[in-house]
Amino acid sequence: MENLSLLMDGFGSVLTPQNLLFAAIGVLLGTFVGVLPGIGPAMAVALLLPVTYGLDPIPAFIMFAGIYYGGMYGGSTTAILLNTPGESASVMTALEGNLMARAGRAAQALATAAIGSFIAGTIGTMLVVFFAPALASVAVAIGAPSYFALMVLAMVSVTSVLGGSPLRGFIALFLGLTIGLVGLDLNTGQPRLSFDQPLLADRIDVVVVAVGIFALGEALWVAAHLRRSPVRVIPVGRPWMDRADLRRSWGPWLRGTAYGFPFGAVPAGGAEIPTFLSYITEKRLAARKGRDEFGRGAIEGVAGPEAANNASAAGTFVPLLALGLPVTATSAVMLAALQGYGIEPGPSLMTDQPELVWALLASLLIGNALLLVLNLPLAPLWAKLLRIPRPQLYAGILFFAALGAYATNLQAFDLFLLVLLGLLGLAMRRFALPVLPLILGVILGPLMEVQLRQAMAISGGEVSGLWSEPLAVVIYVVVALAVLAPIVLRRVRPAPAAVAVDQDVREKEEEGVR
Amino acid sequence: MSTPLDTHPDTPGAAAEPAAPGRDLAQLGLAGALVLVGAYTFYDATTLRIGFGDPVGPRVFPYVIGTVTVLLGVLLALATLRGDVPEAEGGEDVDLRQPADWLTVLKLVGVLMVTVLTISFLGWAITGAILFAGSAWSLGSRTLVRDVIVGVVLSVTSWYAFHEGLGVILPAGILDGVL
Repeated sequence: MENLSLLMDGFGSVLTPQNLLFAAIGVLLGTFVGVLPGIGPAMAVALLLPVTYGLDPIPAFIMFAGIYYGGMYGGSTTAILLNTPGESASVMTALEGNLMARAGRAAQALATAAIGSFIAGTIGTMLVVFFAPALASVAVAIGAPSYFALMVLAMVSVTSVLGGSPLRGFIALFLGLTIGLVGLDLNTGQPRLSFDQPLLADRIDVVVVAVGIFALGEALWVAAHLRRSPVRVIPVGRPWMDRADLRRSWGPWLRGTAYGFPFGAVPAGGAEIPTFLSYITEKRLAARKGRDEFGRGAIEGVAGPEAANNASAAGTFVPLLALGLPVTATSAVMLAALQGYGIEPGPSLMTDQPELVWALLASLLIGNALLLVLNLPLAPLWAKLLRIPRPQLYAGILFFAALGAYATNLQAFDLFLLVLLGLLGLAMRRFALPVLPLILGVILGPLMEVQLRQAMAISGGEVSGLWSEPLAVVIYVVVALAVLAPIVLRRVRPAPAAVAVDQDVREKEEEGVR
Repeated sequence: MSTPLDTHPDTPGAAAEPAAPGRDLAQLGLAGALVLVGAYTFYDATTLRIGFGDPVGPRVFPYVIGTVTVLLGVLLALATLRGDVPEAEGGEDVDLRQPADWLTVLKLVGVLMVTVLTISFLGWAITGAILFAGSAWSLGSRTLVRDVIVGVVLSVTSWYAFHEGLGVILPAGILDGVL
């Protein structure tokens, strides 16, 4: 119950007219950028980072909470109305959501997505309120060897378990680790990989990396393959649901939440698996009830995955706040924002910055509620954004990417780095290298090195010091399992249900390409 | 990302690359770059002095990262020669069935480099407007006058927004005193 009173304190510091205004601006900006095609939540947060530069930490985080949930909400709008998921977590929403839209039920699909996101986000954030402090209080006690092991786990799980190709995941991870090396060595103060450039010795700003890889890389990649034909956008009315829709949605909302939260909270990362699980669960349950609308636009197929997606997003705040470990691209960018305020992420975050953490959690709840109140009536307006002509849209992305990278330090050199990183981002998309492991490598690499050096200093240089703690040993076993499991699973035949869904996805994708 | 989309090499996305079927030799370039980057990282580490009382020192991390990067480059080269083809990323505005239009990318990079070189003396208000209008033009927009107007509005508004709202002073450049 102590957590609840702390949360109330958080509300106390958030609920001022000025902060509510920031929350509302954040929600609107986040939705605006999230709805724009080609921009997912991670890119939305990265592009909007500079908007918070001049603010104090608390109003900045209130805005971030709004941008974060707003960006996710915007993503589902694109998925439903354009049949093109901006990020992998919206793939399942696009499946049934777009079929519903084509059947003239876009309003209901948007409504079940919005309300489901609200419910999942609220339950998820409340669970964070209860879990994160408990985990953090345990985590403060863990030593450098175990913390090092945890970071290895986060990297390996994000890189090898989630990626379609582990080799490409590891290439991206090590490119990120290399970028993370650039700059002064933390102990001896010698520049590494800096080519005698004083500006490089200062380390490359994570914001520049995130904006370059996400925003510029994406814009350049789209430029190389720009679709010349106009896109078809399905018209939408004001979102609403009737009683039957509600009755069919609440079960999937809750089940989706139950799937999503643990996947976000355990550093296994990603919303892909829970949204997928939610989708097949709802499909099976619907088939059992003999009311299988799946493949023709089933509302359950939107409600469940959308809830799972948001619950997982809320869940990622557990490792982020309790351990300082980001497991999704969006939370990695949020961690970069934290570091921008000189706040060291790690197990002691909750004890060092309690006011900030509880204000952030309170503002997540507020942002989530504002999202529902503001955005249900605004949906037709947002849908209009999908018609922005593409040259101007991507010119705008380049404009704001440059603005964001430049405003960090006001160095033209940062813009040059931005261009280089944008080209790297372009190459990564060309060669199908996943973006998340790279960002994770940039952020976690330097932290890992600190922990490694501490652990080794404690053990007096004995390598065995790395597994001197029981927790560290357990984590390394999990790492080994995480690496071996996919290899074993690949040899076993996939389950028939999964194959069936795969088939659906592929058919939908082909339609989407046409 | 482990979406079901990624697990099938035969989705339309993969087929769209004009590379010879079954092989993507451009990947060898990436593999070569990885070997180079890894080797340089390793070499750079050898130039560092080791500190006192720090059993790990500044060299170990770059040694490991450099070595593994070289290894990954070699593995990628092997995979490429054995017929591994990347599945290029799709997206809302992406049409992978067309051959890549590198000219547009080149134009955009040119516009960005102009931004890099001119921002200090032209200032954000002018450079930003050029960036917007130039990018829109590179991407195929033919409404130049409108794009310039939109660009000017965007850059001047953002200059004032950062100046007034956030206290971040973007350079005014030659417009110093005018803005």
